[in-house]
Amino acid sequence: MTDVPTHLPPMGAVNSWDLSTGVDGPGTRFVVFTQGCPLRCLYCSNPETWHMRGGFRCRADSLVAQARSYVPFIAAAGGGATVSGGEPLLQPRFVSALLHGFKSLGLHTALDTSGFLGARADDHLLAATDLVLLDLKSWDRSLYRRLTSVELDPTLTFARRLGKLGIPIHVRFVLVPGLTDDPANVDGVAAFTASLGSVERVDVLPLHKLALAKYEKLGIPYPVADTPTPSREQVDDVRERFAAVGLNVV
Amino acid sequence: MTALTQDQGTRVEAWDGFQGEAWRDTIDVRAFIQANYTPYTGDSSFLAGPTARTTALWDRLRAMFPVERERGIYDVDSHTPAGITAHAPGYIDREHELIVGLQTDAPLKRAIMPYGGWRLVAKSLEAYGVESDPRVAEIFTKYRKTHNDGVFDAYTPRIRAARAAGIITGLPDAYGRGRIIGDYRRVALYGVDRLIQAKYAEKAELDERWADEDTIRLREELAEQISALRELKEMAASYGYDISGPAGTAREAIQWLYFGYLAAVKEQNGAAMSLGRTSTFLDVYLERDLASGLHSEESAQELIDDFVIKLRIVRFLRTPEYDQLFSGDPTWVTESIGGMGEDGRTLVTRTSFRFLQTLYNLGPAPEPNLTVFWSARLPQGFKEFCAQVSIDTSSIQYESDELMRPKTGDDTAIACCVSAMTVGRQMQFFAARANLAKALLYAINGGRDETTGETVAEGFAPITAEYLDHAELDAALDRMMDWLAETYVHALNVIHYMHDKYAYERMEMALHDRDVERTLGCGIAGLAVAADSLSAAKYARVKVIRDETGLAVDYEIQGQYPAYGNNDERADAIAVGLVERFMTKVREYPAYRNARHTQSVLTITSNVVYGHLTGNTPDGRRAGQPFSPGANPMNGRDGHGLVAAAMSVAKLPYEQAEDGISLTATITPGGLGRTEADRVRNLAGILDGYVASGGFHMNVNVLDRATLEDAMEHPENYPQLTVRVSGYAVNFTRLTREQQLDVISRTFHESP
Repeated sequence: MTDVPTHLPPMGAVNSWDLSTGVDGPGTRFVVFTQGCPLRCLYCSNPETWHMRGGFRCRADSLVAQARSYVPFIAAAGGGATVSGGEPLLQPRFVSALLHGFKSLGLHTALDTSGFLGARADDHLLAATDLVLLDLKSWDRSLYRRLTSVELDPTLTFARRLGKLGIPIHVRFVLVPGLTDDPANVDGVAAFTASLGSVERVDVLPLHKLALAKYEKLGIPYPVADTPTPSREQVDDVRERFAAVGLNVV
Repeated sequence: MTALTQDQGTRVEAWDGFQGEAWRDTIDVRAFIQANYTPYTGDSSFLAGPTARTTALWDRLRAMFPVERERGIYDVDSHTPAGITAHAPGYIDREHELIVGLQTDAPLKRAIMPYGGWRLVAKSLEAYGVESDPRVAEIFTKYRKTHNDGVFDAYTPRIRAARAAGIITGLPDAYGRGRIIGDYRRVALYGVDRLIQAKYAEKAELDERWADEDTIRLREELAEQISALRELKEMAASYGYDISGPAGTAREAIQWLYFGYLAAVKEQNGAAMSLGRTSTFLDVYLERDLASGLHSEESAQELIDDFVIKLRIVRFLRTPEYDQLFSGDPTWVTESIGGMGEDGRTLVTRTSFRFLQTLYNLGPAPEPNLTVFWSARLPQGFKEFCAQVSIDTSSIQYESDELMRPKTGDDTAIACCVSAMTVGRQMQFFAARANLAKALLYAINGGRDETTGETVAEGFAPITAEYLDHAELDAALDRMMDWLAETYVHALNVIHYMHDKYAYERMEMALHDRDVERTLGCGIAGLAVAADSLSAAKYARVKVIRDETGLAVDYEIQGQYPAYGNNDERADAIAVGLVERFMTKVREYPAYRNARHTQSVLTITSNVVYGHLTGNTPDGRRAGQPFSPGANPMNGRDGHGLVAAAMSVAKLPYEQAEDGISLTATITPGGLGRTEADRVRNLAGILDGYVASGGFHMNVNVLDRATLEDAMEHPENYPQLTVRVSGYAVNFTRLTREQQLDVISRTFHESP
């Protein structure tokens, strides 16, 4: 679909690139935010990345060249490169080229994805992926659909495949009071996560509403504008539920 | 007078158990440290909290701070010109102090130091509603000439014009120049008698040297140094201590060393009165006392806490304008900690940790200015403790040990903020800074000042084209930088000649070798503004808007330009070029006393005042808007995160800015990671990465914007909130409202 024909160098729609620390995988990382996402999560904090047309088109090798200048820094600091979005797997050929390019620089690579388009990640792409940052937003199918506007099953299938391949996973679970905080839902996510085998860490992320200004700027309603952020106790409770099944939770 | 105090029998025992020979017959503290110190590679778990005594002593002072903050000063002695022995002994709480000595006879009471200039003293007293003593005024206006008088006798009209226009500012022509670090450790290791003897020997070597001006001056200086050492002994004796011999215990070592430092700050109101590199030296004594059972960890920490309390209350009488320029009431009691030795062993000791621990035991504070020498090879436990302290207190600055060690050795200390020098062997002629952004505007306007329309630099033609042409602008700037460098070095030579003559730092220099290396520490401000302006002229279109007299007063940028601070070679190369070019030009003008020219890219907080003095600039910055601090990218123009900004700054060549390149980074806690352990590891990683990339200095603030905003509204809730600015730390609530807003407006690197 959006990828250019295979005889041309891979190009993609990119929102921006950035260097971040401690939030897009371990350490200090060169992060590419791709443009375009098929999900419409209620609490999305990057609504500017939804539509492919919002970004700029860019060659994978030019981003890799950009990353090259940071290699000495990252090598000393600890970290790597992350492809985030948007949903990166909307542009698998481009993302594969990025990941292979970052690998060739000797960087640790991470793919930040909802898993919904996991079927588009071929083994070649995954061969250059050292870590997957996987959003498991809900265990309840209908809630997942309500939260994201898409189906849950493709994400579960992708997660199991990562587990079988032994690719390390950091699971992210966003705690939204009144939506994802039902104990049965949390326990379901936790049990599934524990069954995968290659999950190294679970990040329980309390809902934040820092994206409000972005929504106002884009002139679109912010569905969680009136949702309260979780209390410390609620977050701790959810963390304990993940820890109870033997997971490393932070 | 009380009986002279000694912890341990006779002086002969003072060196018991110490190893090595090289330091015994010559004054060589480094050799002593190398032969005796114990590197520490563990973590911070051994540290002790504050004792009840420490807390009570500190609380007593803390109760006095609100009054001082409100009035500007707590108290002043307006009758007694300062000197090493001018004031009677003073105490905070005599019964409970482990380390004694105050600048005057009472805590927070300031002294007048008129040798730098009477006018400044009179103005300061007036500002705080204190009357000058007519007798002192008469002495320093009628009988005794000051440094300030001398300088203005020899300034040229051109220098006066440049100074008045603000293209060169902050010159130490009315106050002490500072940035000279006495090797205060010598007092503890050798005792004062041995130091006097060494000075006599140095002087005797000159007896057969021909009486040219240099030799005569040096002989007189050595005589002055010897007098200062005698007065130092006298001052210590007034507190009941005989410091003619070496210190015998850790407590004595700290006390002796502090007396040396105290003598310096009793007499000199230097812009920066830095302490040096004392923690690993003192650790040798503490280790010996811990081994002999004289101290426990708790009592060792207590000594350091007590010492640091003293360093926190060093005060100088300065004008409110000075405090506005430099924020709060800074003294730059810089202590350099950590680093690696030339032999590959780390110079980190337990006492390196103990100094940092004072930020917990006494709470965060801007002084002493704790400066960690960073190397990727530092022990992990120390790295993580530093990162933890930064995250908790925002009170530490970091400098690259890897850049300094090859040039100034492993006994380097920082004076002020970023000025590296070998302790006791090197000194600096402090030279404030020249305003490069304004020079660029002068290049456009042919030497006319953009705010007044008056001609400051004579003999230049203005640029008259409607749109700025990069090549034409660059050539005009080049010529203006020649003019600036010449005017600047000329002024500096006058200043330092007069300072040596009328306000010589006899105490600090008595704790140096005779033949010191002198540097002329020049500096530039407005680097990012100048670089971005050139980038705008090159990569966008910049239309010049002129008033009816033809003066360019504003600029209209059409299109986009790459800004310095995004690791974009197009803009960064311009900044690098400016640094190299100005350094080259400054070197063309010979310096007083054959000083070696260096320069810094450092503004401290004067970036706000410099911005005030500078009109609209072609990069889009509005008139009056603050410059970015030091070598930072302009606020908000660094769009790719802290690391990209740091990489740009790291490209500035240390060889062409050996007096230091300053980066101030403000990171939100979430911008370092989600867990405390992640944050600590990641901050240590960022410092490793920065040093590996050739970065020199980083101020690290880990703060939320919301915290600062709340502190502006409710300063009473944040009496100890400390933020790093450019090269040192300030108490946030003591900043002017404008400076507070400037800090808040800086780019916060947060998680997306």
